[in-house]
Amino acid sequence: MSTHGRVVGIVANLVTIEADGPVAQNEICYIDLNGTKLMAEVIKITGSLAYAQVFESTRGLYVGCTVEFTGRMLEVTLGPGMLSKSYDGLQNDLDAMAGVFLTRGEYTPAFDENAVWRFAPLVRPGDTVRAADWLGSVREGWIEHKIMVPFDFEGAGTVVSVVPMGDYRACDTIAVIADAGGGERSLNMIMRWPVKVEVRGYADKPRPFKIMETGVRAIDTLNPMAEGGTGFIPGPFGCGKTVLQHAISKYAEADLIVLVACGERANEVVEIFKEFPELDDPRTGRKLMERTIIICNTSNMPVASREASVYTGMTIAEYYRMMGLKVLLLADSTSRWAQALREMSNRMEELPGPDAFPMDLPAIIANFYSRAGFVNLNNGTTGSITFIGTVSPAGGNLKEPVAESTKKAARCFYALSQARSDSKRYPAVDPIDSYSKYLEYREVIEQLDTTVEPGWVNKVVQLKDILLRGKEARDQIHILGDDGVPLDYHVAFNKAEIIDFAILQQDAFDPIDASTPLVRQQYMVNTVLDLCSSPFSFDDFEQVGAYFKHLINILRQMNYQEFMSERFKALETELAAALSERRAR
Amino acid sequence: MKSRVFQKIYTHIENITKATCTIAADGITNEEMAFVAGRPAQVVKIIGNRVTLQIFPGTRGIPTDAEVVFLGTPPVLKVSDDLKGRFFNAYGSPIDNGPAVDGEEREIGGPSVNPVRRMQPSELIATGIAGIDLNNTIVSGQKIPFFADPDQPFNQVMAEVALRAKADIIILGGMGMSNDDYLYYKNTFENAGALGRIISFMNTTENPPVERLLVPDMCLTAAEYFALDSSARVLVLLSDMTLYADALSIVSNRMDQIPSKDSMPGSLYSDLAKIYEKAAQFPGGGSITIIAVTTLSGGDITHAIPDNTGYITEGQLYLRRDTDISKVIVDPFRSLSRLKQLVIGRKTREDHPHLMNACVRLYADAAGAKTKLENGFDLTDYDRRTLDFAREYSRELLAIDINIEIDSMLDTAWHLLGKHFTREEVAIKQEVMDTYWVQ
Repeated sequence: MSTHGRVVGIVANLVTIEADGPVAQNEICYIDLNGTKLMAEVIKITGSLAYAQVFESTRGLYVGCTVEFTGRMLEVTLGPGMLSKSYDGLQNDLDAMAGVFLTRGEYTPAFDENAVWRFAPLVRPGDTVRAADWLGSVREGWIEHKIMVPFDFEGAGTVVSVVPMGDYRACDTIAVIADAGGGERSLNMIMRWPVKVEVRGYADKPRPFKIMETGVRAIDTLNPMAEGGTGFIPGPFGCGKTVLQHAISKYAEADLIVLVACGERANEVVEIFKEFPELDDPRTGRKLMERTIIICNTSNMPVASREASVYTGMTIAEYYRMMGLKVLLLADSTSRWAQALREMSNRMEELPGPDAFPMDLPAIIANFYSRAGFVNLNNGTTGSITFIGTVSPAGGNLKEPVAESTKKAARCFYALSQARSDSKRYPAVDPIDSYSKYLEYREVIEQLDTTVEPGWVNKVVQLKDILLRGKEARDQIHILGDDGVPLDYHVAFNKAEIIDFAILQQDAFDPIDASTPLVRQQYMVNTVLDLCSSPFSFDDFEQVGAYFKHLINILRQMNYQEFMSERFKALETELAAALSERRAR
Repeated sequence: MKSRVFQKIYTHIENITKATCTIAADGITNEEMAFVAGRPAQVVKIIGNRVTLQIFPGTRGIPTDAEVVFLGTPPVLKVSDDLKGRFFNAYGSPIDNGPAVDGEEREIGGPSVNPVRRMQPSELIATGIAGIDLNNTIVSGQKIPFFADPDQPFNQVMAEVALRAKADIIILGGMGMSNDDYLYYKNTFENAGALGRIISFMNTTENPPVERLLVPDMCLTAAEYFALDSSARVLVLLSDMTLYADALSIVSNRMDQIPSKDSMPGSLYSDLAKIYEKAAQFPGGGSITIIAVTTLSGGDITHAIPDNTGYITEGQLYLRRDTDISKVIVDPFRSLSRLKQLVIGRKTREDHPHLMNACVRLYADAAGAKTKLENGFDLTDYDRRTLDFAREYSRELLAIDINIEIDSMLDTAWHLLGKHFTREEVAIKQEVMDTYWVQ
């Protein structure tokens, strides 16, 4: 018999429940409010009292409401039909909900369990299988969606029977497997998995070794992201975190994008809802929405399900990773998630850590980032989750608990700078503060040598050096004045400006400039480096500024043209002419 | 607020703080309204049979044997078309000597809009102020605050924007507004003959601070009624959200919650988001646009209130006094409208986005030149031209007393660029330059 209870206390969305039987930490329960069931998660137990965070508004709740415990943790339902869906933080299908407003207690299934899929078996009776092994596949949109042995299956099992190729409903039995003890288990295409537990069942997790193209030059060229890597984008408000993340989600080279809008603005998600079904994926020609799953728990939706939303997104990403797909998980913003933790910790009257965040915040964040990664599956194929989170530091100051904890956990750091944003130098990724640890990975360096060109990482380092020298020169010019410094300082400063304008700055709203393939980035890097290594001669500093502005204008115009088009080539010639004019002296 | 037929009256208060009291009572629901010694109150905490009430007007003079009457419902507002042209207090009772409004009772602070049911905001709200329309275009369904120091003329600018914005309904929520400012709004709207489309919920500095907590929800419940039931374009003005947040911190402090940054409650972000996210473009054509004021202390935007607000709202507008032209301007650097991309170059002329960015970039160069000048360095010819440009740009476009159509803002900007710069220095996409460049 399952445990029941009654509500004995209410403080905002924290409800105290007197339980009449065993209760597990993180167990899900439903509170009955005059017939409406409100979902809640147990987060603390003291004697027979369970403290539960309610995933809904608690308005109208009273002492004495009955509670039913489910005996399960917060889970997601996994199976074919999730692609292109928009979920809330608890995996309710938002499109299936009636009405303009969200109705309390309305829970909708994640996908249609009666939908018919053409199932093709990949195992035969007698085969030995383990958790997450592929039993067969169905075609979900353009993805070969693998039907897997449930992740909770223990040890090795034997396939007793499997249905032949044909049309089946997701809820129909498609295979029977026997465990080591001989117990038989009928399987359909659906399984459930608790969101806060990592899906294992892969062979191993090697270090990331190849880069993942995002089409954003400030990332790909200067601080590349690795497939299966982790990164974060901190920045004060108004610096373009979300625009940058949207740009990555549009052009990144991934099979599947899971976007978690965690406690952010609803209109930003609406933009995705509107644009993604219309935008083409430049690689496949399919619509972007066909490779996207959205988890949307905006800032005004209940705070407890905001906390759940990042885990829901991660678990769905892990499910698809086990099919051998390249998944990109984006969460905007992880600070809102941390704030949700803080709100609950505060209501439970825990002793606070720094800035009133819970003491175990760094551990929670590190644990979450560790779930990303490149994996070798048992059957020899590979899959990956690349995770990029945004952080919204309070007051734009990175010395705050969420940013500091994330910095320890993530390998790439894309610092957005207020100064760059103020002068409309977008994306406002600061080239000097940002870093990608992957540039130091021997595996990555070797891979770049073969895929881009030998010695590529050295060129990237050269770019960074020029940028740094430019910054130093600019500081000196500001202190000593234009004519108080040698002419070389002006040249150094302007060389950095060329990199800034031609490579770092990118117009996310221009159809051509919005995404730059790596081969085009390579061209631009070589052009710019060639230009920067040229000896120039000038008479005075006014000449320097004017001349480089001319070069920058040509390079910018090039970025707006189709690569190697007529117009592009004309600009190329113009650039060469401008160069020889100064070099000739 | 009517009372129930069989209501229990409690007369034994166990505990009284400055803003709350606790009594033993059964069958009470969370967030229900009550009257304590005739003062409106709301249930904020229930532990067993101990019910904690937040008393909006404060607890001064309340005895332990005061009558406590529970109403059984959360706070409500009666909505109907009769709301138009009326002035109310924070509880929705008239303060203009008019009759009480009858209509359908709606709970305030109701549920959120399902994000998939929202429409993408796409209708430009023209204000005639170039600092807004040209650089920081506002779109219907947007939420945007003025970040202003208390001495800046934000109330005047808001009133001006409200009148020019051509909204069907304007709802003014005053939180801790001085009586003078309240009368200023009232007179401005009256003089413009706009009273018929104004609704106001007012908590002035004369009223108790905790009452303010009801004002935004009252405004937005009324706004949802008009935007959904009659597909109206509603503009909600909230002044001042900093004083609202202060009231939140008073209550959380009285309830012994652990404060987070700047003594604000840990839930500040969620509390503010609940209000601002009511801004929406609805499928039926109605919309709610929120323009708010967040007053800063000494321009400090790292304080928890403006900081959290900035992460919630779709941009922010800053006012600044430009000493070169001795006028108040909309600061082009720090101001931002995040939704402008949805309309500029689409609903406005194609050159708008390029032109806007180029002007701001050159204005930034002028700021650099100014620093040089102040530090006693010689200026280059380019520096001098940026300074000339900046002065004229400020006077002819950024000043808040400008009231012109968007196309003429664009023409003015092109004219200024052509007057002071070469094509290279402006560095805009070639095709746009070819069409619009004026020498």
